Amino acid sequence: MSKVMVVTSGKGGVGKTTSAAALGAALAQAGQNVVVVDFDVGLRNLDLIMGAERRVVFDLVNVVQGDAKLPQALIRDRRVDKLHLLPASQTRDKDALTEPGVGKVIDELREQFDWIICDSPAGIEKGATLAMRFADVAVVVTNPEVSSVRDSDRIIGLLDAKTARAERGETMEKHLLLTRYDAARAARGEMMKVEDVLEILAIPLLGIVAESPDVLTASNVGCPITLHNPASVVARAYDEAARRLLGETIVVTTPSERRSLMSRLFGRRAALA
Amino acid sequence: MSLLNFFRRNRSAPVARDRLQVLLAHERALSGRTDLAKVLQQEILAVIAKHIAIDHDKVIIKLDRGSQVSTLEIDIEIPEATLGAAMVRSAAS
Repeated sequence: MSKVMVVTSGKGGVGKTTSAAALGAALAQAGQNVVVVDFDVGLRNLDLIMGAERRVVFDLVNVVQGDAKLPQALIRDRRVDKLHLLPASQTRDKDALTEPGVGKVIDELREQFDWIICDSPAGIEKGATLAMRFADVAVVVTNPEVSSVRDSDRIIGLLDAKTARAERGETMEKHLLLTRYDAARAARGEMMKVEDVLEILAIPLLGIVAESPDVLTASNVGCPITLHNPASVVARAYDEAARRLLGETIVVTTPSERRSLMSRLFGRRAALA
Repeated sequence: MSLLNFFRRNRSAPVARDRLQVLLAHERALSGRTDLAKVLQQEILAVIAKHIAIDHDKVIIKLDRGSQVSTLEIDIEIPEATLGAAMVRSAAS
């Protein structure tokens, strides 16, 4: 049974693409057939984050408009067998996507894949609404920061109102992925705590991803963080999040106590290594 | 943290710069003629279709852009019967 999962946030720069790539790679490594679809038409970046930018020939818009068949546009990852990418167009704009066209592509993807991960663009315009339109599950990526939390709240409202599932009267499964979390700052009262964000947004927690220099390193080399440095705190957080999506019960640990102790002893860099 | 790790940690930025240089060189060159892949596919298929019947769904185009050389790989599946018939035809003519 295939699942369509949107990775969304409203606000830009919170880690949607990083999270979509990391979760996709982790699910594929767990044996699932995965495609990650970039909905950011005109400003695609998932191809860069996944290291496939040199291999893009056709894209989502080509498939929606019938200029290419789906198998021609899908890019198979060279590191993980079951991981695939459907890139966005870099040269068109979001109006090139139509709802029936996207629906048809999603239906076709459902026949082939266990997980269809839709990487949403920022904002609440057409690209973002189409990315969430056919979703069964939503991962709301949020930073512990006021504007991000506010935008996430707005996105949660849209998920409950504007998706095909919501319109059919079914519930939309929503998960909070808290990213760029700095436990030391939260402990000092400089950053909202996990509980604060959870209380405000009131959706279940999928995972906490610590702020880490490893994320930039992985994007530099074009490799999902879960593949690039599997032992890192961030990769482990994404890996656990993926396993929770698969139904495993794993307690979410706040990377606080251990990290702040390490920080005190060895300084910030050592704690993150 | 070992000394080796220290150096390894800083190595990814040049990779990022190189990747972007290659990518942006191609993207800037392609602006204005954005559907190169589509045009190439149509024209190549038109040439082949003059001689043999091919299924457009069985055509896979792969591209690998490099800084010096890019490769365009076109994989066309031709049914044996079709190819045989085309050969007989061209031999006869």
